[in-house]
Amino acid sequence: MMLVAFAILLWVIGWWMNGRLASGPYADARWVRVLAPMIFGLTVIGVWELLVRGLEVSLVILPAPSVIWDRFWDSLPILWQDFVQTIIKGAFSGYLIGCSAAFLMAIAVDRWDFLRLGLLPVGNFVAALPIVGTAPILVMWFGFDWHSKAAVVVVMVFFPMLVNTVAGLREATAMQRDLMETYAATYWQSFLKLRLPAAMPFIFNGLKISTTLALIGAIVAEFFGSPTLGMGFRISTSVGQLSLDMVWAEIVVAALAGTAFYGLVAMIEKLVTFWHPSQRG
Amino acid sequence: MKQVVAVLTVLLAIIVFWYAACIPMNIKGVLTEQERAGAEVQPPSARDRRDLSEIGLALRNSFAIPATWAQDRPRLPAPHQVGVEMWETTVQKKITSKRSLVYHGWVTLSATILGFAIGTGLGILLAVGIVHSRVMDLSVMPWAIVSQTIPIIALAPMIIVVLYSIGIQGIIPKAVISAYLSFFPVVVGMVKGLRSPDAMQLDLLRTYNASKGQAFWKLRLPASMPYLFTSLKVGIAASLVGAIVGELPTGAVAGLGARLLAGSYYGQTVQIWSALFAAAILAACLVGLLGLIERVVLKRMGMAL
Repeated sequence: MMLVAFAILLWVIGWWMNGRLASGPYADARWVRVLAPMIFGLTVIGVWELLVRGLEVSLVILPAPSVIWDRFWDSLPILWQDFVQTIIKGAFSGYLIGCSAAFLMAIAVDRWDFLRLGLLPVGNFVAALPIVGTAPILVMWFGFDWHSKAAVVVVMVFFPMLVNTVAGLREATAMQRDLMETYAATYWQSFLKLRLPAAMPFIFNGLKISTTLALIGAIVAEFFGSPTLGMGFRISTSVGQLSLDMVWAEIVVAALAGTAFYGLVAMIEKLVTFWHPSQRG
Repeated sequence: MKQVVAVLTVLLAIIVFWYAACIPMNIKGVLTEQERAGAEVQPPSARDRRDLSEIGLALRNSFAIPATWAQDRPRLPAPHQVGVEMWETTVQKKITSKRSLVYHGWVTLSATILGFAIGTGLGILLAVGIVHSRVMDLSVMPWAIVSQTIPIIALAPMIIVVLYSIGIQGIIPKAVISAYLSFFPVVVGMVKGLRSPDAMQLDLLRTYNASKGQAFWKLRLPASMPYLFTSLKVGIAASLVGAIVGELPTGAVAGLGARLLAGSYYGQTVQIWSALFAAAILAACLVGLLGLIERVVLKRMGMAL
């Protein structure tokens, strides 16, 4: 019971600290904006640890953070293997193929009005569908290894990327296009110097949406069949063996990979679209 | 009008491509079947056929091409096969039958809607809290945003098993997954929406001496509607995916996800495709329905585009 009391105390302290920060004179400072969520996150982890220990929650229901932490460091080689299999081979290659294919398709769609009229509604429609459902079919076609996972990722990222890129390529205003015309710019000159740069914020929006979709696709596809490694495989088998600490360790890896992947794309976006109002100021 | 023609052309092209793709995808299986049935196949030995390209095989055995659209367990079923399967498992089966797609669709749909309702409700509540409390904004909001970049669906198998081990099964575990998947998009969208009134409008209410509650009901909430509907559409699609994935680890009992998994275990490709299309139709209906509600609501509020 002591530990439960400590948990409640810790929660109150964490909340009080953030309350002080929020109403204090530095509430809008950058370090407060970083510190406050940190305090909140640590408080949650601390309360979790104390409650699991205090209430003696069984390991098969919710392992304590310290147990997960130990498991994480003990099985680094396995986690690394799974990471390479699922994220690097499956998600990353599928992401690159899918996004570049969608980009090229978007150029074609933008060039021919008929394609845009016909394909864009279809693309918008497909983008809202539960495409992970294609996973069993693609696993059947491309085998259990990472190729089928990459294929699922390609299908998943294609349409959001297509729709965003096409929207972006139409972003340049009529006035700007006319200006290019008065310079006697060819189609490709106006494309490279005006429309592509103007489309960049939209393209990066598509790229950022696709990072999460890529990870979801690669992990879920492994639930339908995989070699004996990979994050989705490890999650589903560890759940079967009730070793939930391993599942949580994989989820930590997935979370780190997801934020790192997203962060990487966001960083490239900052470099490429430094001129855009959303990146200044 | 021009748009309708264009969309129909694209759809027609997809169907034509689909039929054409059936030929190379299925030709090898068809030739093996035909050979067993006694037909003359070029080249006759199965080993030679394995090394040949599918298109070459189809050209040399053009008599077998129609059979690629009528196989029992094709690698790629033809559109009409999927259509016939869907017709048979929806209209011609009693909806209580275990083989009826309507039955499986309802199992998935009920979990989706329950989870979506819970997730949206809690999401809106948290968004209201974040907008009104500086502490919550500082400490919770960054995590809600980060959660969007994480494949949290990976938690799904664990939730099913953990809830099962404490005696909860059936619709609730799937609804929990649907709920947390729709929760975060709604929080992020709704916070944006509740903050969308600009300083001028908020100042105006202050000059009226409006209370915080009045400002909420009369300005913030109405102003947030377009944002709410946008995130609801994202949320319902995520909820459906959650419910489908939630059906996978239970060992394929009922629901569209179970149909997908059972189909992939037993090589029933037509069943997989029809379950996939059923899920797609379900998603389209749900998103379409929300779109319709959005149009009606925004029109009555005078915010229609």
